[in-house]
Amino acid sequence: MTMATAHERRPRGPKPRRLTAGRIGIYAFVAVSCLFFLMPLYVMVVTSFKTLDEIRMSQIFALPSHFSVEPWVTAWSSACTGASCDGLKVGFTNSVLITAPSVVLSILAGALLGYSLSLWRTKGSNVLFGLLLAGAFLPYQIFIYPLVRIYAYVSLYGTLFNIITVHVIFGLPVMTLLFRNYFSSVPIELFKAARVDGAGFWRIFTSIMLPLSTPMIIVAVILQVTGVWNDFLLGTVFAGQANWPMTVQLNNIVNTTEGTRAYNVDMAATILTAAVPLLVYFVSGRWFVRGIAAGAVKG
Amino acid sequence: MARRQKRSWGATLTIVPFWVLVLGAYVGTMVWTVLISLTSSKMLPNTQFVGLAQYTRLFATERWNIAVHNIAIFGVLMMILCLVIGFLLAAMVDSKIRAEDTVRTIILYPQAISFIVTGLVWQWMMNPTVGIEKAMHDFGWMGFSFDWLVTPDKAIYALVLAGVWQGSGLIMALMLAGLRGIDQEIWKAARVDGIPTWRVYVSIALPMMRPTIVTAVVLMSLSVIKAYDLVVALTSGGPGLSTDVPAKFIMDFFFNRSNIGLATAACTVMLIFVLVVFTPWFYFEYFREKNGSR
Amino acid sequence: MSKIATDLGRDAIIAHREAASGQISVSVRDLVIRYGAQTVLDRMSLDIGRGEFLVLLGPSGCGKSTLLNAIAGLLDITDGEIWISGKNVTWDEPKDRGIGMVFQSYALYPRMSVEDNMGFGLKISGLPKAEVKARVAKAAQVLQIEALLKRKPAELSGGQRQRVAIGRALVRNVDVFLFDEPLSNLDAKLRAELRVEIKRLHQDLGNTMIYVTHDQIEAMTLADRIAIMKGGIIQQLAPPHEVYNKPCNLFVAGFIGSPGMNFLKGRLAIAGDTVAFDIGDLRIPLHAYERSGGPLVDGAEAVLGVRPEHISLGDAASGDDGGRRFRTPGRVEMVEPTGADTMLWSKLGAQSVTIRVSADVAYHLGDTITLALDLNRASLFDAKSGERL
Ligand SMILES: Nc1ncnc2c1ncn2[C@@H]1O[C@H](COP(=O)(O)OP(=O)(O)O)[C@@H](O)[C@H]1O
Ligand SMILES: [Mg+2]
Repeated sequence: MTMATAHERRPRGPKPRRLTAGRIGIYAFVAVSCLFFLMPLYVMVVTSFKTLDEIRMSQIFALPSHFSVEPWVTAWSSACTGASCDGLKVGFTNSVLITAPSVVLSILAGALLGYSLSLWRTKGSNVLFGLLLAGAFLPYQIFIYPLVRIYAYVSLYGTLFNIITVHVIFGLPVMTLLFRNYFSSVPIELFKAARVDGAGFWRIFTSIMLPLSTPMIIVAVILQVTGVWNDFLLGTVFAGQANWPMTVQLNNIVNTTEGTRAYNVDMAATILTAAVPLLVYFVSGRWFVRGIAAGAVKG
Repeated sequence: MARRQKRSWGATLTIVPFWVLVLGAYVGTMVWTVLISLTSSKMLPNTQFVGLAQYTRLFATERWNIAVHNIAIFGVLMMILCLVIGFLLAAMVDSKIRAEDTVRTIILYPQAISFIVTGLVWQWMMNPTVGIEKAMHDFGWMGFSFDWLVTPDKAIYALVLAGVWQGSGLIMALMLAGLRGIDQEIWKAARVDGIPTWRVYVSIALPMMRPTIVTAVVLMSLSVIKAYDLVVALTSGGPGLSTDVPAKFIMDFFFNRSNIGLATAACTVMLIFVLVVFTPWFYFEYFREKNGSR
Repeated sequence: MSKIATDLGRDAIIAHREAASGQISVSVRDLVIRYGAQTVLDRMSLDIGRGEFLVLLGPSGCGKSTLLNAIAGLLDITDGEIWISGKNVTWDEPKDRGIGMVFQSYALYPRMSVEDNMGFGLKISGLPKAEVKARVAKAAQVLQIEALLKRKPAELSGGQRQRVAIGRALVRNVDVFLFDEPLSNLDAKLRAELRVEIKRLHQDLGNTMIYVTHDQIEAMTLADRIAIMKGGIIQQLAPPHEVYNKPCNLFVAGFIGSPGMNFLKGRLAIAGDTVAFDIGDLRIPLHAYERSGGPLVDGAEAVLGVRPEHISLGDAASGDDGGRRFRTPGRVEMVEPTGADTMLWSKLGAQSVTIRVSADVAYHLGDTITLALDLNRASLFDAKSGERL
């Protein structure tokens, strides 16, 4: 008792961490938010390991009574996507074939154009940039139909080439914006010194600017890998049935199945489709946040 | 103040293909779309000029009006909810909680996945016969009803719920950056003045974050107008037409109903709307300040 | 038990002392502040009298702001106590400590008018509108910003903004004002103007003021006492003239004054009662020097500090002043006119010295001069410890 009163009379040292009503409220809110955001992931995972019987018997939050990997195998190799029953592996291969070249090409194009626009200022470069940005803001629907006609005219409609080039075209505005802003922040003296040393347009790009832009390239890769991988609209329209990416295949598996729906297979397929971007997200951490902030204009 | 350099062949030769690309793939296609909307095109584009007849038909089309009505409700709800929740989440993350990084990771991961994935998961969870409703009944809460997905009046809310789940993380990230950008001495000054924390957020921080909020609103409205994937995966526009949206209307009329004229007219309406609403913001954001500073 | 008893006893004594004198306004006792493994302040104790103007002066990063924030209650202290007006406020919220604070970045609420900025805290505390208005009007009058009340902070100049920030502290009728480098963001002219303003304010109000700065002119002109800090430790706490004339160690001596004090390295030579300082072949008798403690050891390395204005130029034969001045010939090696004064560079022994002379007389490179060091106003330091001898 005396100890306590003596202490109360002479507070010293750090404030005792009292749990105020406000703090409790904040932590309650933290808990509820985390539950809300995690719930779908949890439901996806537990459902994907259940048997169909168990899904009918129990409820979605229950853990599987015994883990079944059957749904995963089915989703990967034999689920039916309308016409064929080869599972998601076809979509996965297609997505990889589409994503890899699209990412590389769009970053190269964006870096090159961003470099030209920020440091060289050719005539009308502001107009070009403005047109590009407007392109980033407008819904794809406005450009799609004529593009279909153009590709069909040169007999490239519905090919891998078609979907890759479309991704490069529609990825160009954000990539350019990213690199233009980045190169604009590079000290101009560096550029001037290189000019004095006799370096030209290409030499400055390859020897000075590109090596400097590693952080931007990482952000761009994250942005484009997730963006292209998650695309659905362009894939449906331009890829052609043989090259449909994973997202399109997934939607077909889930939304066009006849007869009883295999929810466990659906959820396994969903996780498989989300796996690549989630991996990118968890590995890249803070870079990802920078990426979405920078690329947010893409919406 | 623009920097002027000596003309470089490298730069000119590089920029020319990009000009061709932009003029062809963006400007050309856009003009083409607008031109088709002035013709009587049905399955294939033709050149029979009909003036604004397609637009008259479009505005008389029940389905289009429903789609516009739906997107308006969806958009307003999305924006209000994402802003409020995003701000609360940002304030929460900002208030020196433990495991801040983990919490932020959890809030933001939906941002990484496809709208298709989001749509399918929520479709599964909101399924009244096997989803959350059944779970609640199993827990003994028999009166619980969660049938938005199959009720025409409420299906749009299901769309909003899934949209908020995926989208509020980005708003949180933007708001958090805004909050962290506020001068620390302002917080100290407010504490010395004895202003309660919530009051500092509402009366001082929030007004200071106006640019952040404008950006957030613009980003959200753009993604609302583009909303397509989520609708396809979650509801396919149904039940009936209760969750149809303009983007889906256009895709259907292009590729399923083969009514190119009407679809391009709808595209043009969308284009005009976006241009009228966003051009002022766009100009301020990207050109005005830069002209001043460079 | 006995520990508690003595604690209580000490408390009673302290409380009695304060009640009796009523002199101490802010008292910092055994304050420890740590950030992780880094100890910024280590058992610092400091008493500030009622109505005193105390300036905390020191290089950037030495812990001035940390001390001020601890007094304000803006950071959690690791150990120790803070007392304000005879009350232990260690755990009190900043608003309950009876303090007002002014920041370097002004920290005005950007979307509120000047009037709302100043009245916001009062409004929150539930004061009636009329009273808030009256207090704001009064503060505005004192600070001569009545015309600005409707403006937003963005529409004010730096000096006006800082006046508003001061006004925000003023309306709260507090006992203690805390300033954290309030003038550092202003240009030289405004800085001088507001410095005078703050001094006038202190004279009119008679509040206790604690003022952080790294600008020694501000410190010298404003302070009743200056606390010179380095690495989280108060090196010297004394009135400005004492800090200037009797620096307690080499750091303080070198930190105060511009251009800096001349430091002459040499050895002590003690023979019986006479103390002298040897620089090479030169022997400087020190009987005019006022010792301030510290044992003098024959042959010990020492530093003699002489400010540039305490070296005068005279002729070798000038009258006797009881050995207060030491005279030696020299040669002008560099001339640096600064306007009001001229700085001359010369050599004493092999070491360079600066001399502040009037700008009226023209000197030229190579002129022969006689340096007269005023030993009465010189400082002698131990070369190893840096302490004043
Ligand atoms: N929040 C903090 N976390 C860690 N170290 C800090 C923090 N604030 C200040 N410091 C350290 O404390 C020391 C004193 O800082 P400060 O009191 O701001 O110095 P100044 O005298 O310039 O006002 C510095 O070395 C600084 O690095
Ligand atoms: Mg400081």
